[in-house]
Amino acid sequence: MAELPPADGAQDMLRFRPDEPLEEPAVTLDAFLGQSNATAVRIEPGDDARALLPHLERIRLIEISFPSFRDGRGYSAARILREHGYLGELRAEGDVLVDQLHFLRRCGFDSFAPATPIDRAAAERALARYAHVYQPAADGRVPVWQLRHG
Amino acid sequence: MYRYDRYDQAIVDARVEEFRDQVQRRLAGDLTEDQFKPLRLKNGLYLQLHAYMLRVAIPYGTLDSRQMRMLGHIARTYDRGYGHFTTRQNIQYNWIKLADAPDILADLATVEMHAIQTSGNCIRNISSDQYAGAAADEVDDPRPWAELLRQWSSFHPEFSYLPRKFKIAVIASDQDRAAMRLHDIGIQIVRNAEGRLGARVFVGGGMGRTPMVAPEIRDFVGAEDLLSYVEACLRVYNRHGRRDNIYKARIKILVHELGADEYRRQVEEEFRHVKTLGIDPPAAELERIAAFFAPPPFQAGLADTVDRSDPDFAVWLDQNVAAHRMPGYAIATISLKPVGGIPGDASADQIDLMADLAERYSFDELRVTHAQNIVLPHVRKADLYPLWQALREAGLAEANLDLISDIIACPGLDYCSLANARSIPIAQKIATRFADPARQRALGELKLKISGCINACGHHHAGHIGILGVDRKGTENYQLLLGGSGAEDASLGRITGPGFDEDGIVDAVERVTDRYLSLRADGERFLDTYRRVGFDPFKEAIYG
Amino acid sequence: MNLLTGNDLATGDVLWWDGSGWSRHVEDAADVGDHGEAIAAAEEGARRVNAPYLVAAVATPDGPRPAHIKDRIRALGPTVRPDLTIKPADPAAGSWVI
Repeated sequence: MAELPPADGAQDMLRFRPDEPLEEPAVTLDAFLGQSNATAVRIEPGDDARALLPHLERIRLIEISFPSFRDGRGYSAARILREHGYLGELRAEGDVLVDQLHFLRRCGFDSFAPATPIDRAAAERALARYAHVYQPAADGRVPVWQLRHG
Repeated sequence: MYRYDRYDQAIVDARVEEFRDQVQRRLAGDLTEDQFKPLRLKNGLYLQLHAYMLRVAIPYGTLDSRQMRMLGHIARTYDRGYGHFTTRQNIQYNWIKLADAPDILADLATVEMHAIQTSGNCIRNISSDQYAGAAADEVDDPRPWAELLRQWSSFHPEFSYLPRKFKIAVIASDQDRAAMRLHDIGIQIVRNAEGRLGARVFVGGGMGRTPMVAPEIRDFVGAEDLLSYVEACLRVYNRHGRRDNIYKARIKILVHELGADEYRRQVEEEFRHVKTLGIDPPAAELERIAAFFAPPPFQAGLADTVDRSDPDFAVWLDQNVAAHRMPGYAIATISLKPVGGIPGDASADQIDLMADLAERYSFDELRVTHAQNIVLPHVRKADLYPLWQALREAGLAEANLDLISDIIACPGLDYCSLANARSIPIAQKIATRFADPARQRALGELKLKISGCINACGHHHAGHIGILGVDRKGTENYQLLLGGSGAEDASLGRITGPGFDEDGIVDAVERVTDRYLSLRADGERFLDTYRRVGFDPFKEAIYG
Repeated sequence: MNLLTGNDLATGDVLWWDGSGWSRHVEDAADVGDHGEAIAAAEEGARRVNAPYLVAAVATPDGPRPAHIKDRIRALGPTVRPDLTIKPADPAAGSWVI
């Protein structure tokens, strides 16, 4: 897992990727599907992430919007994209609190653009909190049942 | 029963520290109440009418004496000397301080207990049959399956911000003692034609504003596919469940609006995909868990008869004791419904006593039932009499299992900020009206359930007689429902007509029972008579 | 009249705005008139109260009496456990609620 970039205090962008952030702005899903050259797209909670599956190879950034942290559709969208082999940047944007980072990472997000900046040290603590996980997800972590039975 | 290994313990301990950090941030003002609320709910901490309330998980209603004593310790040390057993087999404490909550969770963790996901829009406590492991009619003990699901659902990264709460029940017999059909997902463990064990899966049951009995979605899911299958069920719900209206956000609405066939189709499509991900554990994991549920060392050759010469004991024996699959043993229910008392409440002293009795008489095991009683599942018949004597001394020997005074009641307006009316005083008045034990036995099985609001935590839709408290222009008013059932013959109660005040509802219930007695044929329970003669004779009795 | 109620953040105790601070006793509650929301916002922001909200009440010789039974139960305690209410020794307390 790539480390957080060296910086202290509140961050309005947390990235866990070694590559450089894409400069290109993300277009809406409708615009993306109508356009052959976009490589960055933004998914709203009500969008069907599966619409992107035929195009994954050319996408560099998918931004999934969280207008409210209570709306958990983005977690499913993220996992679906990773499960189908998406390797580009998967960013959670909006109402993202440090308390959601662990689950968001597990679902495959590797960057975060929280509307309210998140303290870097708090993010590190949150992400290191659980040494074990019960179920496999998009992050490749080994579930407890596999540790039990090899 | 299940024992944590170091992984389970590490996860619970990490959760305690996470919550301690979150509480500290809340107290310091780094988290607003709006931000903190979903976090505290995922640790079972509500802000209720009088104080914070903590709901502690009792997975599938099973616990041992050590854990029971910890529940008593919490009542005594952090609360006001009592706890309330709930309709989801959990326990609630009504007078908790936020500042104490992390220490309470730390104490619970020392005995493999927690309050994880007992509230919030996530997968809640997996409930099960209170007679599991003791009943003759089960094809398998449902609890290993429930434990497998408990681990799968705990800290599930994708399903922690669902449209609404999600409740799963697992049984393993044709008789449904856990109201399985009234859950978001209900599972019955069955054997297929080849004799293999698997899950018959029902999705979309529930009570509340729009009660529904869950339709069957799959008749058989093998153990090797179960977690992938429920994962698919949940993913379809997380993606497509309604989020625009909290009264339309449960999965029952999605299944109803799509239709069971279309929901099933979507689940099958998702399941085919999820199955490629390798999320199902090997068979060895279910076997590992099942080993913890091996039968206790039952003695063979025990006397199968009981000395009935004490008439009070005989009454309790006939009412509260059920047959065990092992000769010489019995299943004993401790009623937490003393006539005139508060349904489901137990003092710290009573909790400690029940722990002692379980240790002594039931291979150290207790169950919490969804009817808010306690079961000692494995009692030698020879021990039933001393058990009963000990219970009687503690006010725990009410012989009313499944009788009219064995009322399920939510905490209601006395405690709950969601309620519209008080439910406990109604339960007390009804039980008192019908206090005569002979009268109750003459009425026979009569499951009466009271909810203080439409959220239906008292399961009123599933009552043979149900009562719903409403707010009628600022005054408490009570609607009467008839003909519900949470058993395998699941049905939803029908509202009889205009509501009653708190005294009128007791009279109305009595008119219903009088009419039943006048109409019943031999051997008919109230529910049977109601189903045979229909609604109209009862409506006429109530309203004239 | 309008009363402002909330909970103590750390203890969960029910609180009533008395005009300058927070009391556990509804008898001390002040009529906030039209200013309730502003007071609530300021007090919550300063963390002197958690989850405040307004409650309608009528003035009586014994002090404010919340108009709705739910709020009277909140003020006193559970009607089914007089020993756990804020007036455990007062036999008339229950009838004040009902």
